Amino acid sequence: MNRCPRRCRSPLGQAARSLYQLVTGSLSPDEVSLALMCRARPEGLEQLQEQTKFTRKELQVLYRGFKNECPSGIVNEENFKQIYSQFFPQGDSSTYATFLFNAFDTNHDGSVSFEDFVAGLSVILRGTIDDRLNWAFNLYDLNKDGCITKEEMLDIMKSIYDMMGKYTYPALREEAPREHVESFFQKMDRNKDGVVTIEEFIESCQKDENIMRSMQLFDNVI
Amino acid sequence: MAAGVATWLPFARAAAVGWLPLAQQPLPPAPGVKASRGDEVLVVNVSGRRFETWKNTLDRYPDTLLGSSEKEFFYDADSGEYFFDRDPDMFRHVLNFYRTGRLHCPRQECIQAFDEELAFYGLVPELVGDCCLEEYRDRKKENAERLAEDEEAEQAGDGPALPAGSSLRQRLWRAFENPHTSTAALVFYYVTGFFIAVSVIANVVETIPCRGPARRSPREQPCGDRFPLAFFCMDTACVLIFTGEYLLRLFAAPSRCRFLRSVMSLIDVVAILPYYIGLFVPKNEDVSGAFVTLRVFRVFRIFKFSRHSQGLRILGYTLKSCASELGFLLFSLTMAIIIFATVMFYAEKGTNKTNFTSIPAAFWYTIVTMTTLGYGDMVPSTIAGKIFGSICSLSGVLVIALPVPVIVSNFSRIYHQNQRADKRRAQQKVRLARIRLAKSGTTNAFLQYKQNGGLEDSGSGEEQALCVRNRSAFEQQHHHLLHCLEKTTCHEFTDELTFSEALGAVSLGGRTSRSTSVSSQAVGSSTLLSSCCPRRAKRRAIRLANSTASVSRGSMQELDTLAGLRRSPAPQSRSSLNAKPHDNLDLNCDSRDFVAAIISIPTPPANTPDESQPSSPGGGGGASSTLRNSSLGTPCLLPETVKISSL
Repeated sequence: MNRCPRRCRSPLGQAARSLYQLVTGSLSPDEVSLALMCRARPEGLEQLQEQTKFTRKELQVLYRGFKNECPSGIVNEENFKQIYSQFFPQGDSSTYATFLFNAFDTNHDGSVSFEDFVAGLSVILRGTIDDRLNWAFNLYDLNKDGCITKEEMLDIMKSIYDMMGKYTYPALREEAPREHVESFFQKMDRNKDGVVTIEEFIESCQKDENIMRSMQLFDNVI
Repeated sequence: MAAGVATWLPFARAAAVGWLPLAQQPLPPAPGVKASRGDEVLVVNVSGRRFETWKNTLDRYPDTLLGSSEKEFFYDADSGEYFFDRDPDMFRHVLNFYRTGRLHCPRQECIQAFDEELAFYGLVPELVGDCCLEEYRDRKKENAERLAEDEEAEQAGDGPALPAGSSLRQRLWRAFENPHTSTAALVFYYVTGFFIAVSVIANVVETIPCRGPARRSPREQPCGDRFPLAFFCMDTACVLIFTGEYLLRLFAAPSRCRFLRSVMSLIDVVAILPYYIGLFVPKNEDVSGAFVTLRVFRVFRIFKFSRHSQGLRILGYTLKSCASELGFLLFSLTMAIIIFATVMFYAEKGTNKTNFTSIPAAFWYTIVTMTTLGYGDMVPSTIAGKIFGSICSLSGVLVIALPVPVIVSNFSRIYHQNQRADKRRAQQKVRLARIRLAKSGTTNAFLQYKQNGGLEDSGSGEEQALCVRNRSAFEQQHHHLLHCLEKTTCHEFTDELTFSEALGAVSLGGRTSRSTSVSSQAVGSSTLLSSCCPRRAKRRAIRLANSTASVSRGSMQELDTLAGLRRSPAPQSRSSLNAKPHDNLDLNCDSRDFVAAIISIPTPPANTPDESQPSSPGGGGGASSTLRNSSLGTPCLLPETVKISSL
């Protein structure tokens, strides 16, 4: 699978190039062609079928939709944010979208390809409850160090509350995210060491009836 | 929502897993999902060309025809496809919109057709992509302008048909605005033009020095002083004509305030005022200076020619529309003049006997140099002055050359628009005539149908005229509809000839010959009401009773009987075209002569159709739109019932 090569972006080189362009009045050809070469092609259908829990038909539908939206085959962060913001017109979903992007972008190369996309969806929609909880933990763990601190949780919480926008009932208070984080940590943090590890997280979630019941949400999304 | 959002919805819903553990309340259950059939291929058949696409593609825009359940109306169960009877070439663009999210505008198609297709498929024109938006807007604007011009031309209504009841004022105004409508207007037009020319020439000639016959005065005098009386008389005559014209226009103008404020009337006033002021100003020395200035205004009479010349008007309009460019030109010139004048002044300051005495004095040099006139009355002598002088002349060329193409292109556009308007006006008359012909064709068909007894309930096959029987299904239904309307309003349709005669008979109270009149006014001005349905029953009875009874006149001098000829079958109606060859042979057609309009008087006569002429086959049958058919007779047995049926 091809990747986009990173070009040298030193400012000096750019200045020299623009001066040259000014004198000769020519357009630079390299910019255009390089942009076109950034594309990705997914692995074969069979491989994806093995790796994910989607059927062949489902994969086909997913890919067609994906390819239509991103003809180049990959999504970068800007696109991702833009797409996600269309679902939440009232608030600002960019922060949460960034977190999501980082969660989907498993190899951290700055772009989400179809495999990443489908892998993530497979876990969420077709995985076991433990898988889903794992995925959620991965989402919250911003620096991917295996535990969730209060600051990380606060960031996540704030981003979620941002999506609500200004006009809510009852009106959003400043302290609401923080209070929510407190209650979360009270529930999840067994040993009260200020961080939540994966085991604490999964254990506490499995004990929570609400969460378990809500997991059925994802059974019929695709 | 924007393009393709539907595709990402499952993803967004999956992303909700991130909220799950944080939720303090249980999340609502997912909505019941309808049996997802997976993705399937839909076939859309547009006039025979089959387009196949995924259902998902169409579902991306649920508020359009193809994306919503509205397309089920077009579903053909037998073939399993959606059939649309529209243009397949345009559909391609519509479908591409679903596929790519961008609506492109086809370059070679008519923009109106494109709009209609968009409206049909439920797409708003704002969806046109940025790449094609500019062009789409331009073409639409051009179209709209053209249509607006058409409408204006129609409303201006300078057709020869003037409402008969127009007042003197209206006729006068029309004569002024459109001199070609009547001979008198044309004559007046040319006379005023002649006098404008005479006045202007007199003004010019007045100042030429002419020699006296016997070298009486050593000094040459201008002609105006040699023959003051002659010039004065000429001037008076012209001003009288102009004043008369102005007053007439003022009288005839439909809106006097607007007329007073219009440019042409202002020019008129300015042209004639100086004369009157001169009359009343006493001829003493101190005022005569001002008096002389007034004479300058007489030259404005030349602008009166713009009524006579369209080109002048276009020029004026162009200048008005290019006001911003002209303003820019002036402004930039002023800037440049000030800059260069300053520079030149300081450059030439040191020189003795220099012409550049001050900066305003240097303005003259700068203007003359920038416009490349170069009179040579002021020239720089220092080297610095010469350098700056050359820079000045070079920049002058540039600055003046820049706004000129804009003005030129504006003028060209307006000029061509005008030409197009003229051409269209000429075509409009032809088109209107054709439309009128077509309309009268339909009416003719109906009237013919009625005349041939089509309204009879008991029309047996043989008695009914062939032309009646040969009507198409459409015509039958249409005629039935018209008949229903007649029954509803208790009026009947007739032709303009008949109606005008009736009208004429009313006004003149006597027999009138056939005269043309305006049928369009018929309905509006039918002041005489008809009685309602009882009359009809009587009529039918009477008609059945005898068809050869003569009209019992009684006290019916006012009655106007039209000897109805067998009118020629209207060729416009297709059925009658078919029937035409038969008509000549068919003598079964009743040709009754009907009374055109019966104006009853206190003792209404019993009128019956008069058959004074044998049925004769319609001769010729040219495409004449004047229908000789008269309306059905009415035996009005009620007092003061008057029937004027009109169309």
